[in-house]
Amino acid sequence: MAAELEFERPIHELEKKIAELKSFMDEKDIDLTDEIKRLEEKLSNLENSTYSEMKPWDRVQIARHAERPTTLDYINYLFTDFIELHGDRLFGDDEAIVGGVAFYKELPITIIGHQRGKDTKENLRRNFGMPHPEGYRKALRLMKQAEKFNRPIICFIDTKGAYPGKAAEERGQSEAIARNLVEMAGLTVPVICVVIGEGGSGGALALGVGNYVHMLENSTYSVISPEGAAAILWKDASMAKKAAESMRITAPDLKELGIIDEIIEEVKGGAHKDAKHQAELIDQVLEDSLHSLLSMSQEELINQRYEKYKKIGQFGFVNDSIVVK
Amino acid sequence: MIKGLFVKKKKYATIPTGKVKQDVPEGIMSKCPECKHIMVTKELRKNLLVCQGCQYHYPMSSQERIAALIDEGTFTEYDADMISGNPLEFPDYVEKLEGDRKKTKINEAVVTGAGQIDGRDVTLAVMDSRFRMGSMGSVVGEKITRAIEHAIDQETPFIIFTASGGARMQEGVLSLMQMAKTSVALKRLSDKGLLFISIMTHPTTGGVSASFASVGDYNFAEPKALIGFAGRRIIEQTIRQELPDDFQTAEFLLKHGQLDRVIHRSEMKKTLSTLVKIHTEGRV
Repeated sequence: MAAELEFERPIHELEKKIAELKSFMDEKDIDLTDEIKRLEEKLSNLENSTYSEMKPWDRVQIARHAERPTTLDYINYLFTDFIELHGDRLFGDDEAIVGGVAFYKELPITIIGHQRGKDTKENLRRNFGMPHPEGYRKALRLMKQAEKFNRPIICFIDTKGAYPGKAAEERGQSEAIARNLVEMAGLTVPVICVVIGEGGSGGALALGVGNYVHMLENSTYSVISPEGAAAILWKDASMAKKAAESMRITAPDLKELGIIDEIIEEVKGGAHKDAKHQAELIDQVLEDSLHSLLSMSQEELINQRYEKYKKIGQFGFVNDSIVVK
Repeated sequence: MIKGLFVKKKKYATIPTGKVKQDVPEGIMSKCPECKHIMVTKELRKNLLVCQGCQYHYPMSSQERIAALIDEGTFTEYDADMISGNPLEFPDYVEKLEGDRKKTKINEAVVTGAGQIDGRDVTLAVMDSRFRMGSMGSVVGEKITRAIEHAIDQETPFIIFTASGGARMQEGVLSLMQMAKTSVALKRLSDKGLLFISIMTHPTTGGVSASFASVGDYNFAEPKALIGFAGRRIIEQTIRQELPDDFQTAEFLLKHGQLDRVIHRSEMKKTLSTLVKIHTEGRV
């Protein structure tokens, strides 16, 4: 069973109680069917109310869930003939980002995404999904390759952020991210970005300049982690829960702020409950997005991206107090 | 988005060059914060706010920067009256903005406009670290983007002086997206074959370092400027080792191949002027 999340505890307790009753019924040969049925109904109601009223902090917990499906999980479900490609041709291969070519249905496609590990060993290898410059440069190399061969690009975003380390600075972390932003702006092929877990600041955005940007319902996208925001705002990282609420980092928040295109529905309780079904839910949106972009010319794709980002922001003018969105 | 509401708003103002009061050295004498050298303030100003003892570059306000660079009387400011809203309804944000407006006499952390360097047209953006640490929110992103669009329309080089702590936290992910917004504009500028020069001044970090500051056709910096993606303290906590003293200085970046040159303030106008000349007169 998946690791327990705090807000799900009442559900798990009830599940446990039902399981106990069932085994008690089997052992002692007593009929508790009515009682169990009653509790199962209660459970179903509890699940519905819990998962329909999720707070930002609950979503943060789901977005960070150790068993949340990763880029490679979705690649496995959504694409065929995937061939992973490595290296930036300059320094090394950063396993915090994976990329390669595959078919999406009949369509040749390039896929790039942040990649977390599923256990400690893999996390060490993948640096917890926090890329160095060579990761971003590998991503850009694969994007340019996709452009050359006229393949659409799909980016999965799932990172706490670009790695804050000495080597990363020496090799130009800033430049690597900045370069991707500029080059993605000019890609002549369709680019679709899907935030599948955590969208951590510039390190996420470096794979995030697309014609469409979608977010899974329980993913987050933010300029700074809730812990980081809390540390700065209240000098107390334990206020992260409060920061998660005020920073507006959930998919519904970003939709409202006009930053993302669609919220992709998640399976009840979060994507980790059923990765395969989750992939199907992504598939529907992906297909629609690709369909609408494939009919656009190269120039239209670039201009659409321009207009999309150009309109993000809220400001006003001194002499009229109107703040426009 | 109610675009129509601000289309008409193009009130260009001319900044009075040369006579702007600012808050770094006051009084008749000034003591260098680095080497404690004492200079007559008037001399210090004449020396472009560079200490004669140790060459320490004092922070420069946007007004002083423009005065030191742009031919007198040629500067036209864009979007001077654009101000931030409070999209996330952050407590105290509006008051802080108001305080900085009073203190700096500018409305946001970047001043943009057009002017001439030795008689050649340029479009300019100068960030001002006195205003919210030069952080980039919606207004900074929008003003820079509009300035780039002006440069495209007028076919001028675009020059930016960066000075910023990074994205503005109080505007959350809207701030983050300004990195993308300015980048799509820079790509369009680049595709038109127009020149973009970035000069990083102290400090240039976070989201500003990781967007427009780092992608100039030429990337320059002032001596000793702090430039980097992540904060020093965060990195030390992450890798559990002490960092060298010169870590994330302009000189460190030069050594690691991230900069074209480190340029002393006294050479700035001349260098930029020459480059603009090479680019504009070289084109047939």
